[in-house]
Amino acid sequence: MEELDLARWQFGITTVYHFVFVPLTIGLATLVAIMQTIWHRTNDERWLRITRFFGKLLLVNFAIGVVTGIVQEFQFGMNWSEYSRFVGDVFGAPLAMEALAAFFVESTFLGLWIFGWEKLSRRVHLMCIWMVALSTTASAYFILAANSFMQHPVGAEWNEELGRAQLNDIGAVLTNPTTLAAFPHVITAAWLVGGTFVAGIAGWWIVRSVRRGEVEKARTIYRPAAYVGLIAIVVSGVGLAITGDQQAKVMYEQQPGKMSAAESLCVGQEAAPFSLLTLGNLNGTVGDPDACDDLVHVLSIPGLTSFLATGSFSGEESYVPGTNDVQEAFAAEFGDSYGADMQYIPNLMISYWSFRLMIGFAVVSGALALAALWTLRRGRVTDSPWFSRLCLIALPAPFLANISGWVFTEMGRQPWVVVPNIGADGDLDIRLRTADGVSTVVSAPTVLLSLVAFTLIYGALAVVWLRLLRKDVLAGVPDAAPDSPDREDTADGEGTGSAGDAAVKPLDFAY
Amino acid sequence: MDLATLWFLLIAVLWTGYLVLEGFDFGVGMLMRPLAKDNTDRRLAINTIGPIWDGNEVWLITAIGATFAAFPHWYATLLSGFYVPLLLILVALILRGVSFEYRHKVDTPRWREGWDRCIEIGSWVPAFLWGVIFANFVRGVEIDGDMQYVGGLLAIFDPFALLGGAVTLSLFLTHGAVFLALKTAGEYQQRAVALAARLAVPSAVVTGVWVLWAQLAHSRNAWTWAVVAVVAAALVGVVAATRARREGWAFTSNAVAIGLLVVLVFGSIFPAVMPGTDPATSLTIANASASPYSLMVMSWVALFLVPVVLLYQGWTFKVFSKRLSRESIPPQPSELAAAAAGGEQAPTAP
Ligand code: HDD
Ligand code: HEM
Ligand code: HEM
Repeated sequence: MEELDLARWQFGITTVYHFVFVPLTIGLATLVAIMQTIWHRTNDERWLRITRFFGKLLLVNFAIGVVTGIVQEFQFGMNWSEYSRFVGDVFGAPLAMEALAAFFVESTFLGLWIFGWEKLSRRVHLMCIWMVALSTTASAYFILAANSFMQHPVGAEWNEELGRAQLNDIGAVLTNPTTLAAFPHVITAAWLVGGTFVAGIAGWWIVRSVRRGEVEKARTIYRPAAYVGLIAIVVSGVGLAITGDQQAKVMYEQQPGKMSAAESLCVGQEAAPFSLLTLGNLNGTVGDPDACDDLVHVLSIPGLTSFLATGSFSGEESYVPGTNDVQEAFAAEFGDSYGADMQYIPNLMISYWSFRLMIGFAVVSGALALAALWTLRRGRVTDSPWFSRLCLIALPAPFLANISGWVFTEMGRQPWVVVPNIGADGDLDIRLRTADGVSTVVSAPTVLLSLVAFTLIYGALAVVWLRLLRKDVLAGVPDAAPDSPDREDTADGEGTGSAGDAAVKPLDFAY
Repeated sequence: MDLATLWFLLIAVLWTGYLVLEGFDFGVGMLMRPLAKDNTDRRLAINTIGPIWDGNEVWLITAIGATFAAFPHWYATLLSGFYVPLLLILVALILRGVSFEYRHKVDTPRWREGWDRCIEIGSWVPAFLWGVIFANFVRGVEIDGDMQYVGGLLAIFDPFALLGGAVTLSLFLTHGAVFLALKTAGEYQQRAVALAARLAVPSAVVTGVWVLWAQLAHSRNAWTWAVVAVVAAALVGVVAATRARREGWAFTSNAVAIGLLVVLVFGSIFPAVMPGTDPATSLTIANASASPYSLMVMSWVALFLVPVVLLYQGWTFKVFSKRLSRESIPPQPSELAAAAAGGEQAPTAP
């Protein structure tokens, strides 16, 4: 394999892996903060126990998110040095801001939260988990601003002499319409992950407790916890559909080819349907309008693709261009630079299916929410084995939906790493093909070495992660409250301490 | 002073923050096993840095992010050119970061043993390699006309660079020992104090030799002699303070020595950011930097955020300033069970 392919594989693997843990951190941190707030408000020690139970799971997850994130930051320079030279002037700023504004807050306050149960007053300690939740959310904002520049390069100008993109409006970069559309979508997707995680685990425990004859525990501990998750699923499910629709419209303006690729639409049309299943070789249609006739759309919702893209189900304004139209437009614009044979359309098979899987996997979370809201209505609990099974099946679904969404977004951007947006705003000179962004001094065996190293370590860590989550889940919410950290809201709990302290109290949390 | 120069200084500040802070984390990781008699001692060491190590590591993330934003060419040349050492550092940091969180999660000696290895690899490798990389800056590297590093892998590990690795390694070992002496109590602390005194001398010698070598053979600026002098004084201070069992002073002096080492590195390459063996191809502050507008934006961001970061990180250090002793470490379930079965004295697992 070429260095380019290896570098792409490595980026895909490490980024997708990072993004398994990140949405759970973002979603769960917020839900744990909400649980702790309920405890703070009600003083009901059940909520303290629930908070600590899910807090433990959050920490297991957080650790991997952090260490895989560092790889991401180095990787742009290591494997994509020419890309870094080309966009660093613009792209570096949000990355540096992310570190300064989000990562410092997140790591510092998480340390305070983990070790500060007894050292801090209750209110300050509660503030710590909220700082963590807010800063993980903020970090998503900055990284999406960076990513959005690659989808829709704004706020920059082309510097002919230095051959690079240069920032000329940071406001435009931070309020890129692509960012504004992606951020709420990604955050609601993260809540769906967190909500499904909480509801799935609590729901599974409801059944287990009832079967063990601990109906009281199921009713007073796991049922309320499940509701926190269920509410998150409902809120984020609605949010995802609204924000996803929003994103599709932005995408249609900026990268119409991605939209037609997602529907495997080779010839432009009005009232374009949304097919649920298409048979035939999708990629065989590229550049050959007749090949479209070979595709069989088994199940279609009329006009839906047009609606997602344009807001109209039918009529003139509902026209969506086909991949062939887009190919022609790009070839006319850039044929001089890249030759007549250049292929400007992403892999249709991947675009088509990743888009459907993104939406499809969320249906599983939705099913869990419906089943649970019905089964647990008005104080009920259940010992039903199928409910327990549904809880477990739902757990991985939103993770897979997230992964599919990103594969769609990133592979749908090919062959570009920085996409020129024909027909939308932005400087068409600011464009870079993925093939031109890769490092020139790094040999293929070297990239292969790092690809293998990361894949092996990441694989091993995934096993450890699952094992530890399983262990902590199986331990369940503790019966007794932890030595109640019921300190008054006065002292700050800071001691100078000396080597000779007489009776030393053990830490309430230690590694 | 123009903004690009300001950012050269700021990046030096970020590296100083990183090496001074994570320096003692690395030291604690390296000394965890040698200083421990049993598992409780190891946990004692880990818990001294437990709440703060991640915050310390963000100084690195910020230094690299700032380099990306302010000097895209420096970022690109450095990271693609030093691929293999950086890969090793990344692997080390991955292993180390998860270990702290995962080590205590399963209560068996085998599990702990595995993560202890990860903590050790994760601390020794970067402690050595950061020094190697900085020494390469000082010596200068082979760069072609397209700003690409073309020196190859072996050139990164010449004797001067290897000694540079020994410098950070020994300084961090001392830093860790002094930190443990400062943060623990009881008999463990006595051992840390004694070890710090023993480590201070070789670390002073190694650092002194390298600093002189760097200044005589490679510095592009005469004023860095002043830095050499203060580094030497700080190293003598560390030796004296560790002998006198003044951990506070020892820590401060060692932190000053590490910080000034960064000043020496950056001072001796100025105005280059990555000097070429052929000066004509050097990456310099002028030719590697971002546009003035981008630098201005980043300057405002840093101006507002860096003081805030210092404030809350300082506060965390204050919250966790209390010394820990073996009695602070709550026993693990296996130890409780063993104590229940075996009578009054709680033996600790290996
Ligand atoms: C739980 C996860 C999840 C669910 C249920 C959905 N999405 Fe999504 N979607 C994502 C998770 C996601 C994501 C992983 O977070 C992406 C990848 C990039 C991004 O910004 O968000 C994404 C991207 C993404 C894009 C690509 C934007 C681009 O390439 O620029 C579009 C058009 C949509 N989504 C639209 C939808 C629609 C119409 C949905 C259903 C009604 C939907 N998404 C449900
Ligand atoms: C966390 C969510 C993300 C996921 C899951 C993801 C996924 C991917 C995948 C699968 C690829 C490989 C595409 C291919 O080679 O065909 C890729 C490429 C890439 N992505 Fe992303 N990405 C994510 C976020 C980002 C962000 C936030 C950025 C920038 C800040 C980014 C920058 C890149 C770059 C530079 C490449 C390499 C060039 C390429 O092959 O397209 N990605 N990403
Ligand atoms: C490819 C581009 C990316 C880079 C360079 C990157 C960088 C990093 C780094 C350096 C860390 C470690 C922070 C620490 O030590 O505290 C991290 C963690 C994190 N990243 Fe990423 N990241 C990328 C993609 C993403 C995306 C797309 C998101 C969100 C949508 C995201 C959100 C987070 C969050 C919330 C954390 C902290 C929580 C956790 O570690 O689980 N990252 N990232």
